Amino acid sequence: MKQSITLGRVTKFMGLGIFSTIKDLFTGKLEKEDFKNFLRKTIVPLASILLFIGLWHMGAKALYNKEADFKIEKALNDQGQEAADAMKVCIASGDVSCKPNTLPSPAQVWDSYKSLLRDHNIIAADKAAFKDKTAALNEKRVAEGLDAITYTGRPSFVDQIFRSLKTVFAGFLLALLIAVPLGIFIGLSPTLKSSFNWFIQIFKPVSPVVWYLLVFMIVKTLLIGSNEDSSFTISFISVGLCSMWATLVNTAMGVSSVDKDYINVAKVLKLGPFQKIFKVVLPSSLPLIFTGLKITLSVAWMVLIAIELLAQSPGLGLFVWEEFQNGANDSNAKIIVAMFVIGVIGFLLDRIMLTIQNWVSFDKTDAI
Amino acid sequence: MAYLELNNIYKTYGQGDNETEILSNINLSIEEGEFVAIVGFTGSGKTTLVNLINGLLEPTKGEVLFKGEPVIGTSHERGVIFQNYSLLPWLTVGQNVFMAVKEAFPKKSKKELHEIVADYVEMVSLTPAINKRPKELSGGMRQRVAVARALAMKPEMIIMDEPLGALDALTRGNLQDEILNIWGKDKRTALLITNDVDEGIYMADRIIPLRPGPNATLGPEFKIDIDRPRDKTELNDNDNFKKTRNAIIEYLMDIGEERKSEANEEIILPDLSPKDFVNQFKYKIL
Repeated sequence: MKQSITLGRVTKFMGLGIFSTIKDLFTGKLEKEDFKNFLRKTIVPLASILLFIGLWHMGAKALYNKEADFKIEKALNDQGQEAADAMKVCIASGDVSCKPNTLPSPAQVWDSYKSLLRDHNIIAADKAAFKDKTAALNEKRVAEGLDAITYTGRPSFVDQIFRSLKTVFAGFLLALLIAVPLGIFIGLSPTLKSSFNWFIQIFKPVSPVVWYLLVFMIVKTLLIGSNEDSSFTISFISVGLCSMWATLVNTAMGVSSVDKDYINVAKVLKLGPFQKIFKVVLPSSLPLIFTGLKITLSVAWMVLIAIELLAQSPGLGLFVWEEFQNGANDSNAKIIVAMFVIGVIGFLLDRIMLTIQNWVSFDKTDAI
Repeated sequence: MAYLELNNIYKTYGQGDNETEILSNINLSIEEGEFVAIVGFTGSGKTTLVNLINGLLEPTKGEVLFKGEPVIGTSHERGVIFQNYSLLPWLTVGQNVFMAVKEAFPKKSKKELHEIVADYVEMVSLTPAINKRPKELSGGMRQRVAVARALAMKPEMIIMDEPLGALDALTRGNLQDEILNIWGKDKRTALLITNDVDEGIYMADRIIPLRPGPNATLGPEFKIDIDRPRDKTELNDNDNFKKTRNAIIEYLMDIGEERKSEANEEIILPDLSPKDFVNQFKYKIL
């Protein structure tokens, strides 16, 4: 019997059970005995979020007061009572010139989030207008065999997010293409395993920064003389090399630890080497390979920020760094917005991988 | 010359000081079309013996001859039904059988192969479950899939390693009949490894006990002179059946006793006595 796909099943499948509970609350499906469950699954997480925001608010306020007090006292010691009074007034008015520059409060972060969105809408409108304006000209240029004119304005925050996602997926794909086949070979042959072991053990703990430098040295020489912007190439290769180790180790382990019963079946049926790998070894090690890929994706997203920052490749990492250097009124708040966006996207990527994993792999506990 | 011959087989595991001899001096010959059962205690080396015959293991000493040729590696001529079903959990019933059939008959077209799969799945009456995965099936159904998979390759000899060991008595009885039916249809050679003497007598022409390992070796054979088809309920009143059954069980018990006296271990029981619940209860009422 084919089971229908409902919202509840999908959210549960993705490990987002909390949403279906909230839905039940509004549709009145919640039974009395479910109340305890509802309390634990919905109210408690919501309360913890509120508590977190409250603590953050108070902490930010304390830090703000500390810096304001210090500024006033400094003015008093350096320039006397008059300057101190002026400073007090200035701080109270919220003027940029004397505003304490510290951890922003939740409200400030929310404002910055909205201003970043507004900024994105303005840039998007600008882009659309540019496209309309140059459409006719570009057509003509393409017909003449010239490159079309592209928009070269400042990227918005949302553009940066997509740039970062692009880098991470390119890096992840590279890691997958290197680590899965290599892991299969290593897992199948004990000779290869012992010859690669030192290599894996030494390179696995190397820091993303060092990988970046290594890739930089090589790619810079390879692309010598070309005008191409190599920052994207360098950053995605570095991300891939940093993050592929989990997949490599997990694939090798999965392939080398296939249940002996399945290997016996393959022998008794006299499967050829290819059949054996694709019909028996790979499906049976798929759960472990996916565990590796899940770790790889989260590591890739984590190191991406540092690598973008170093490579000056546009994206969230560069955004954070530029805001920090910028030191504008709302820079700190924008950094916190970026932090949350990075966290939420990381969480979503993890869930997507989990969903794919549940989809493709058989349940190990029910096996045989 | 016998169809399958085992000559002076020795099998050891481990090396040096850790070397243990599992099987020693095994001699066995099976004629074509015969149904032979080997009965033994758990841990006596039955699975090792099976793997030597189907080619998954090589003997340390001695030779296994199949139709006069030494056995090197596995072959489609010898179908195996494993103790723990060994179905691939990511494939459906049909796909599990199809994989075997495709390897056994590489020249046949896809349509013919699918017909063979359908026939054999029908034979073990699992057609309604052909698109299900092993985890959705009961133990008995899984073992029937394993039977279908082994037989669909049309092997000349069927080797069964405690195929029904993990099943309940009712399913066991049904599957015994199914296997006998299939065996009777085109009289293939069959070797059954089991720990159930009754099962052996019901199904086989000959029963050979395997003395417990290490150093397991085959005991004297017992011929079963009961006409086929055999009836389970009538079997219990059959004098021949009773006699053979008693003889085999006596033999196995004797080996057990022998083994115990060899071990000569005295088990010291802890000094415990059961709690007196009755008196306690009385006391409370009063």
